[in-house]
This record gives sequence, C-alpha cells and structure tokens, in this order.
Amino acid sequence: MALSATQLLDTHFGMDMTKTLTSLAIKLVMASSLLAAGASFAQQMAPKDDQLYKAFGEKTGLVALMDDFMIRLLADPRTGPHFQPANQQRIKEQLVDQFCALGGGPCVYKGADMKSSHSNLEIKKSDFHALVEVLQLSMDAKGIAFRKQGEMLALLAPMNRDIITPK
Amino acid sequence: MNPRSATTLIAACAALFCASAHAETGKLLLTGGVSSVDGAAGGGLTPWAVIGSNATDDEIGGSAFFTHVGTKDYGLNIVGAAVGIRDRYEFSITQQDLNTRGTGSALGLPGLHLKQTIVGAKARLLGDAILDSDSLIPQVAAGLEYKTLGSTGLDGTLNALGAKRNGIDLYVSATKLFLGQSLLVNGTLRATKANQNGLLGYGATLGGNENRYSLQPEFSLGYLINKNVVVGAEYRLMRNKLEKAGSVAGLGNGLRSEDWKDIFIAWAPNKNISLTLAYADLGVIVPATTASRKQTGYYLSAQIAF
Repeated sequence: MALSATQLLDTHFGMDMTKTLTSLAIKLVMASSLLAAGASFAQQMAPKDDQLYKAFGEKTGLVALMDDFMIRLLADPRTGPHFQPANQQRIKEQLVDQFCALGGGPCVYKGADMKSSHSNLEIKKSDFHALVEVLQLSMDAKGIAFRKQGEMLALLAPMNRDIITPK
Repeated sequence: MNPRSATTLIAACAALFCASAHAETGKLLLTGGVSSVDGAAGGGLTPWAVIGSNATDDEIGGSAFFTHVGTKDYGLNIVGAAVGIRDRYEFSITQQDLNTRGTGSALGLPGLHLKQTIVGAKARLLGDAILDSDSLIPQVAAGLEYKTLGSTGLDGTLNALGAKRNGIDLYVSATKLFLGQSLLVNGTLRATKANQNGLLGYGATLGGNENRYSLQPEFSLGYLINKNVVVGAEYRLMRNKLEKAGSVAGLGNGLRSEDWKDIFIAWAPNKNISLTLAYADLGVIVPATTASRKQTGYYLSAQIAF
C-alpha cells in the first residue's frame, strides 16, 4: 500500500508536542554540558603550567619512565620488532624531550616531526594501540596517577594520524 | 532459546575465541564497550557508537555475552554474540527470555516466558571516540535492531491491544571519551515503536493509533577509575504506548511504562573478559499485576571478546 506524502509527513512529525519539546530540552541540556566539557577540554589541550610535567617526576622521572618503557617495548612481541632495529637511546631521549614539552616543562622537542620520522615504517592502528598499552604499563609501574596518564595520552593520541600508515 | 542451547552458543563462541587467540586484534581495553541488553556494543541499556570486539582497522573480532536482570517481579536472561569487522561494521544476534512469574499467573498463563530475538547491525560513520582527543567530534554510528517476539499464550492479548509481534528500531549514537578527564559520554537517539523494548510487542491500536515511530533519547556517562574499571550511569527514555490501550481494555493505567535507568560498574581484568554489575530501575512493568512496584534490581553481565 502506497503512503501519501501527507501520511508520510504525519508519520514523521506527528508526535505530540510535549514529547518533542521534552526530548529537545534534553538534547539542549546534553549539548550545553558537552560544550562545557569542551571548554575545559580545550584548556587542557595546551598546558598553561608545568603541573603535568611535575606529575611525571620532571626530567629524572621522565628518563626513568622511558628506560622502563623501552625495556617493555623491546620485550613485547607486538612492539619489539619495530624498536629492535632502531637507535633506542636516541628514541628515549627524544621521548623525554617530547613528554617534557607536552607536559609544560622547560624542554624543546628538536627531533623530526612525527610524520617524516614514521613515514618509512609500516604501522597499523593495532600497533599504535599496543604501544599505548605498553606505555600505560610503564606509567603504572612508575606510579603516575591514572588521571595524569589520561592527560598525557590526550596530548599524544592525535599523533596517530601522522604515525599510523595510511591505507 | 533454552538454557542448553544458550550454553552451547557460549561454548561455541568460547571455542572460536580460543582458536583465534593468536590472531592479532588490537583495541584498547574496554573500548569495544560491553554488550547491551539488545546485543549491540555499548553500555548495559543503550548502544554506543563503538564497534564490538577487539578488532581494529584490518581485523575481524567477536564477542559473546550472558546477562541476567533480576527485578522485584521479573527475571530476564539474555544471551548473544556479535562480530566486529574492521572497526567499521558490527552484527549481533541476541535472545531475551523474560520470566513473567506472578504476572503470567495473574493472566492465567502460569510459567509464561516472553522470548524475543534481536538481530542487530551497526556501522561506524565517522570519528574515533578515543584517539581524536584534540577534537570535540565524537565517534558516530548508526544501527538497526530487528526484534521478533516469539509466539506465546499472550498472543491473543497482544492482538486485542493491537500490538504487533515484530518491529525495527533505528538509532544513531555519538560517543566521546574525554581522555584528559577520564570521562566517557554517549548520546543515542532511537526511533522505535516498541512497548517495554519489544517484550510487550510493538505499538497498539486499541483506543487510538499508537503505531507511529517515536524518537527516544538515551544517555550514558562513564568515569574511568583506572584502565580496567569504569563506573557510570545510564538513562533510557521509554515511550508509553500501551497505557491507552490498557485503559480501554479495562485495566486502568495498568499497562503504563516508565523510563529505564541504571548505575553500573564494569571491570575488564584483561582484553578478553569483562564483567558488569549494575543496579537497574526499569520503572513499572505491567503495574496491573505487580501492585505498581518499581522493577528495581540487579543486573549482572559477563562478556568474552577477542
């Protein structure tokens, strides 16, 4: 049976007004709370102080973290093959600088940008996830609070676009 | 589905899981969600935009789950399985079995179990809920759930009310993990005709046409305590389509329904197992036979995924 245009419209817009208004109101509340979350989130993206750097134990803490991280990266069968042939000492130093700078510490990352330093590698999304998991293990081992781990991961995660090999 | 075939299904999935334990599937912990009551990956009551299983871009994964919801007057057993393909498509099949206990007896149908089969499909449209942490754009997915209520002694009553025994829910979900805040936010908008999620059929005609689709919002909020544990709450608005028909049938407001909500804690000791415990409030369900008691109780769910 064919539906007329009016019937179709009625089907789609025939809900009673109160329900529509209620659901709209809820959507508005939801949207504004998302916006509020977004505002605090945008501030978080660019650290305006060095609290995150301090939470990671400053330079000493970051060096210890990267030493632990590299040992685990090499030991993990998912990440090991990517790091065995690399200059591990140099990667650790660059990671220290990078985390230090991201955390608002007194460092400048001088290494190559993420895109060119990974362009000759074959890296899948699951490889990227594996690296995040190993980093989480290292951060746990160094007693870094979960919330602070999340703040750092939020700054690192967007780099996946330059690191993961496009298909 | 009887308990034996449910067990067989779980066992088959577990065997599958063992067979592919060496296959590389690489999602982050809990980011494939748990299994919702309708089988789609998400929270407990509502689907999220995440694609179930541990599979990422180039991979295929699967999951299987068992859920029990025990409220004051009802028991609901749910078993299901899902396949996740390249973190893009999800297909699921789920069987719900509602033990109506006293309500069945009051209707002259002692031992009445209402069984519903749900076939689900979901596609991720855009975004990455976790890795796009420098943008406010959420992960967005669209899905459908085709629900069929099995034939029981209640068929005559449903016919009299004008409620159908099958229906299709359509939904869009947006999910975002705010990594820096350890907060997960989900909003779902569902177009549905279902009464009590389909367990009491779809729509009604007695006393007026209640067979149109209505849009029902659903919300989830989660806080990650650590990478293995998330706590949160959900709220799912339900359309009250049977009340008018019930009233015409002489039951007063004895068939009205209310929103579903819960508070939950989910624990994933590793990437292959998750357990969810919740306190759920499903509002009144056939209040005519349950002294209008709120159907509150516990929700327990176990999922394996690979």
